[in-house]
Amino acid sequence: MKFLSDRALDRLRGSSVPDLSGTRYELRELVARGGMGVVYAAEDAKLNRRVALKILDAAGASEELTARLIREARILAQLEHPGIVPVHDVGTLPDGRVFYTMKFVEGLRLDKYLEQITSLPQRLRLFLRICDAVAFAHARGVLHRDLKPANVMVGSFGEVLVMDWGLAKILQESNPAESQETVFLPSNSASPGNKSTKSTVVTGHGTVLGTPGYMSPEQARGQVESISERSDIFSLGALLKFVTADDSPEKNQALPRPLRAICGKAMAERPDGRYANVNDLAADVSRFLDGLPISAYSENIFEKLGRFYQRHQVAILLITAYLVMRFLVLYFFHR
Amino acid sequence: MTSPGESFPLTRISVVAAARSQDATERSRALDALFAAYWKPIYKYLRLKYAQAPQDAQDITQGFFAELLERELLSRFDPAKSRLRTYLRVCADSFALNEIKAASRKKRGGEITHVALDFSGAEDELRAQTIDPAAIPSPESLEEFFEKEWIRSLFSSTVEELKSFCETRGKQQAFALFESYDLDGEENLSYSDLAVRNGLSVTDVNNHIAWARREFRRIAMDRLHALCGSEEEFSREAKTLFGESLK
Repeated sequence: MKFLSDRALDRLRGSSVPDLSGTRYELRELVARGGMGVVYAAEDAKLNRRVALKILDAAGASEELTARLIREARILAQLEHPGIVPVHDVGTLPDGRVFYTMKFVEGLRLDKYLEQITSLPQRLRLFLRICDAVAFAHARGVLHRDLKPANVMVGSFGEVLVMDWGLAKILQESNPAESQETVFLPSNSASPGNKSTKSTVVTGHGTVLGTPGYMSPEQARGQVESISERSDIFSLGALLKFVTADDSPEKNQALPRPLRAICGKAMAERPDGRYANVNDLAADVSRFLDGLPISAYSENIFEKLGRFYQRHQVAILLITAYLVMRFLVLYFFHR
Repeated sequence: MTSPGESFPLTRISVVAAARSQDATERSRALDALFAAYWKPIYKYLRLKYAQAPQDAQDITQGFFAELLERELLSRFDPAKSRLRTYLRVCADSFALNEIKAASRKKRGGEITHVALDFSGAEDELRAQTIDPAAIPSPESLEEFFEKEWIRSLFSSTVEELKSFCETRGKQQAFALFESYDLDGEENLSYSDLAVRNGLSVTDVNNHIAWARREFRRIAMDRLHALCGSEEEFSREAKTLFGESLK
């Protein structure tokens, strides 16, 4: 029987995890497993800090997926923004697989984080921070194409980070592989409210291109040439719907009509029916938060008055109190 | 005679349950499987812990397994209280202490002669490991040593079974790549190096090794399952075996 060295034992015990020997990283625990790769927590021995290490699954480390992972790292490297997880390093393991490391985000996934937040304004402000990051990426010519609650993390200091840019597309880049016809694979997790969504749309080449429920109709139909910033806006609309849906008993009233209108406009079937850019969407949400009229919704006179009252509630109450007092003084003085 | 590398779990029942069986053939096969998995870790452990000469340690090891059989020690094993591995180590400790104290070892064997015990091979391995007993004086270190030797024994027999499996499936190349990369442990060997050496693409090397690793894991888990006294123990042992390398 073959004698197995200690080194061989270690390798065999860890045969399902990557071998980081020869790199500056030491493997820690498994963090997440996705359709394309696996994310581990690792320790950067040189800088003595914890990082997240993303690597393709051993069995699926084809050249196409390797190229996709490198592309993802390069896209992330271009997007230096507080709302986008920064990439630190790219490298190759002894087994030939490419990996990249990024900031290790200690926090909660958006869907988990929202369980602690019941205030609608707080939730909307959080959504606005997601919009900031996506607007920044769009300004750099990058589309995310897979915005969903599972791809947003909220850090321990409340910082919001948009993660998993594996399906991102650079607008000026032509990619022949992506111009193939896309086939939609039906999924049970097609509702925006479903918290366990998986990217289940694949092209003829097996390339994942979105998540049912959060992906725009043009993405679902595989109209690659029609995918634009407005496709991400559709996903943001679905995300806004998710963020504003509250299961807690004290918040079971219907969503305000203006917010429903914002979601509706962001998620319009036709791209030209949606907001032109993320800033317009964010502006409407901000105006709603400030009690101002929004572009997506025409109010009737009562709604205008109601909003006017809500916005100037204190002043109106003070003036009313003053007038009542004045009336009472005059009344008793002339008696 | 049963080779230590031969797989026991034909019926997939626990070796502990089979060892308690009324069926003598079943019992004999189960004990053979148990000896195959544990004799070497126990021999090495006794050699180190009690600093016994090879011949004495061999006698104690054989005597221990004979005692296990004669006194039906496995029937007293309670999976709820401890792991089989721990139980066997404690029994071996107790037996070795008595034997050393009495200094009256005699050749024993009984039914365990079904298994070929390659003590000289075990001695070679001990020498190759260059272990200094003085360097591991604490009981905890010896327990860790025993655990590691148990894993080595389990994995060695798993590798043998994987090799046979690959041969029957015409997957010799997958086994050869797995052996080069995972078993021989050449420093800084990459999949690219293996691809060049074997005239394959990196993707092919990757796929071959990934397949062999999956099969290795499957066989190891099957063997482990047969060597555990309960599902809970199996779950704990599986975690120890494949889960603790991520610290």
